[in-house]
Amino acid sequence: MRDKVKALPWQELLLPLVAVVLALLVGSVFILYVGENPLKAYGILFTESLGSMRNIATTLQRATPLMFTGLAVAFAFRAGLFNIGAEGQLYIGAFCAVWVGISFNLPRIIHLPLAIFAAMVGGALWASIAGYLKAKLGVHEVINTIMLNFIALFLTDWLVTGPFHGGSWVPETVRISSSAAFTRIYLPTRLTTAVYVAGIAAAAVYIILWKTKRGYELRAVGLNPDAAEYGGINVARNTVIAMAISGALAGLAGAEQILGLHNRFIVRFSSDLGFMGIAVALLGKNHPVGVLLAAVLFGALQAGSAAMDRSTAVPRELITIIQALIIFFVAAEFLIRRMLRLKEDA
Amino acid sequence: MAKVLEMRGITKQFPRVLANDHVYFDLEHGEIHALVGENGSGKSTLMSILYGLYQKDAGEIIVRGQHVEITEPRRAIDLRIGMVFQHFMLVEPLTVAENIVLGSEIRKGPFLDYKKMIAEVRRLSEEYGLQIDPEAKIADLSVGLQQRVEILKALYRGAEILILDEPTAVLTPQEVDDLIQVLRNLKAKGTSIVFITHKIKEVLAVSDRVSVLRRGRKIGTKLTSDTNEQELAEMMVGRVVLLQVEKGSAQPGPEVLRLEGVSVKDQFGQVKVNNVNLSVRSGEVLGIAGVEGNGQSELVEAIAGLRRVSGGKIYLSGQDITGWSPLRIRRAGFGFVPEDRHRRGLVLDYSVADNLILGIHGSKPFVTSAGLRNQGKIGEYAEELIAEYDVRPPVANQAVRNLSGGNQQKVVVAREFAQNPDLLICSQPTRGVDVGAIEFIHKQVIAQRDRGAAVLLVSAELDEVLSLSDRVAVMYNGEIVSVMPIEEATEHKLGFLMLGGRLEDYQAGEVSGSAGQS
Repeated sequence: MRDKVKALPWQELLLPLVAVVLALLVGSVFILYVGENPLKAYGILFTESLGSMRNIATTLQRATPLMFTGLAVAFAFRAGLFNIGAEGQLYIGAFCAVWVGISFNLPRIIHLPLAIFAAMVGGALWASIAGYLKAKLGVHEVINTIMLNFIALFLTDWLVTGPFHGGSWVPETVRISSSAAFTRIYLPTRLTTAVYVAGIAAAAVYIILWKTKRGYELRAVGLNPDAAEYGGINVARNTVIAMAISGALAGLAGAEQILGLHNRFIVRFSSDLGFMGIAVALLGKNHPVGVLLAAVLFGALQAGSAAMDRSTAVPRELITIIQALIIFFVAAEFLIRRMLRLKEDA
Repeated sequence: MAKVLEMRGITKQFPRVLANDHVYFDLEHGEIHALVGENGSGKSTLMSILYGLYQKDAGEIIVRGQHVEITEPRRAIDLRIGMVFQHFMLVEPLTVAENIVLGSEIRKGPFLDYKKMIAEVRRLSEEYGLQIDPEAKIADLSVGLQQRVEILKALYRGAEILILDEPTAVLTPQEVDDLIQVLRNLKAKGTSIVFITHKIKEVLAVSDRVSVLRRGRKIGTKLTSDTNEQELAEMMVGRVVLLQVEKGSAQPGPEVLRLEGVSVKDQFGQVKVNNVNLSVRSGEVLGIAGVEGNGQSELVEAIAGLRRVSGGKIYLSGQDITGWSPLRIRRAGFGFVPEDRHRRGLVLDYSVADNLILGIHGSKPFVTSAGLRNQGKIGEYAEELIAEYDVRPPVANQAVRNLSGGNQQKVVVAREFAQNPDLLICSQPTRGVDVGAIEFIHKQVIAQRDRGAAVLLVSAELDEVLSLSDRVAVMYNGEIVSVMPIEEATEHKLGFLMLGGRLEDYQAGEVSGSAGQS
């Protein structure tokens, strides 16, 4: 049995690709405006992100947290939930990871997995609050996840500047014990084994959604909750479970940031990784493979932007504009279909 | 008679289907021309082209001898063509008169001239014999009267060619009689009418000529007086069809479903089902007749566990199942064909196979003890049911969305019937399903009965209730107003009860009225 959604047919891939090309085209207008040659700027962007093994490693390192948050948003979306709260779940997960990382002294083989697990549990519980509010009280998840983002942000602000403050003049915790840290795999870049975890997570998402009974129920709830209910599926329970799994994935992003990159909790370290996850999921068509590819693209844009900023007059903020344009064109799927004269499937 | 309309070689290609393939259609002055065909045969498309909602790819339209291009409904209205849709387009809080003049209001300076509007509407309704109170609010009117407002709306805009798209789908038998009378009045006044339907009986009752479409092609045009039910059905389907359900007499066994004083409220706290007592036995079909919206949907959903009951008890095979979860009720031996397959019955983006296991997706052999789906078994099971229930095209991994309405319904029926439930509820089992599939589904319902299932049938189609049921209950305003053996049920009697009439009054009326009948 192969569902329509399971495979990523060429059309599904084509639309995001066209969106990226269009975004680059529109972006080149901005580059021309600052008096640079778009080909040159994009050339640098490309070589600096994918032109060498080292650059590819940097790209992957930038992509890793986006893989997790992208998977988180995509998973919830498959169950019909718009999880805007990946950012907050990431912070809670990160805090759980840092807590395990600094509070225990354990052999690496236990300590790292435990810290990762703690981050997943933290993210899952935090997201379950939103799932529960939605399932039992009918509070829309967009509203309550946004609110929970603020709570998570200020809660971790307080924890890190208060009870868990590291004592320096910076609002951050002390370093985690090295036994809880991900191993760097391509020095001198900061790429760590966390990228493998992301690969495993993507595979797990795929298996859960398409190979298990639970996934069948989750997707049914996402596609048609009334039919799911009629088919004996407990919509409320599946809503909470979907949010929990989504939150666990977002928590993994927090774990990656703490245990792989910063090795401590710095107040407000995330710089919108959770929100970027929405864009990644959208571009990746909510499919785990698509999410990985989209995350790599965004990682590449970020990795190459610094060099482009250095060697041309194009500011790195252009990358933010291009990312926004990509999302704009993905959302304007109808427009692209018309341009390509693709026949509507539905 | 002079032709007021001619459509020649009309062709319309949609992305996947050729909806109209060189269709010829004509309409004479003052005739009622029925346009029939199964769902998806292209009849609505053809008329939508005439009304300017779709643009034809090829062909020509001639109205009163003039070649015309109808690019939008505005143009159709200018050509004095009016259309009444199946789904009304009325502003509920406004009055009849306000709705009728909407868009071409009568003004006195900057203000609306209500008096004149009302007088104008009254004059129009009297002229065409369409009695209605111009000052009544739309929301307070019955569906039949709302339809009348739609017709008046078209007439007010000067329609001389009137297209009615499935006008009887929403009406009770009495309202259908009224509509037929109205159409005759209009015809007498010189209005030419296109009457779209898939119900052959109505065609024979009302039309002068009938044209049959099948898969976008015109099969033929007949004088109504020269044709009959059987011939039209065969033209529509393309093969011999059994119009009458063949069934032996019921062999009722023990009671399977028992409702004791069941009441159900909707989300606003309104009582939708009021103290219903009912019993269905194994091996019988109990049909519930009623105008839609009289609590049938709520009652059935309550039995299925999809709605909370506010009072009373529900027993399935002697077990009190009140308040059980839908899954638990299913597992106790319950199958349910819901009234709305798109909303309830199917996950349209799931494959046929995945829809066929909805509800049993968590049972062996479709899931392993580790919680993994057993794709092989799911596929095998789907292939089996697809063959047995003749789902077309016979492709298990195709999304259900891509199937025709009849085949989608077959998927639902296959899933629910294959489990051989003790209690089977079929709610509008043949709605939006074409003649061939209706025949098939009806046979399956009787087969389930004969196997020993207790079948509760809810249908707005009186024909269906009458031909399948062994006993008939009438539901009105949330209550079961009468239960009778099929021998005592007639279309007229059920229609009377469905509109809130009392049995005593009917019997009294029958005595005095029977002299004139038959």
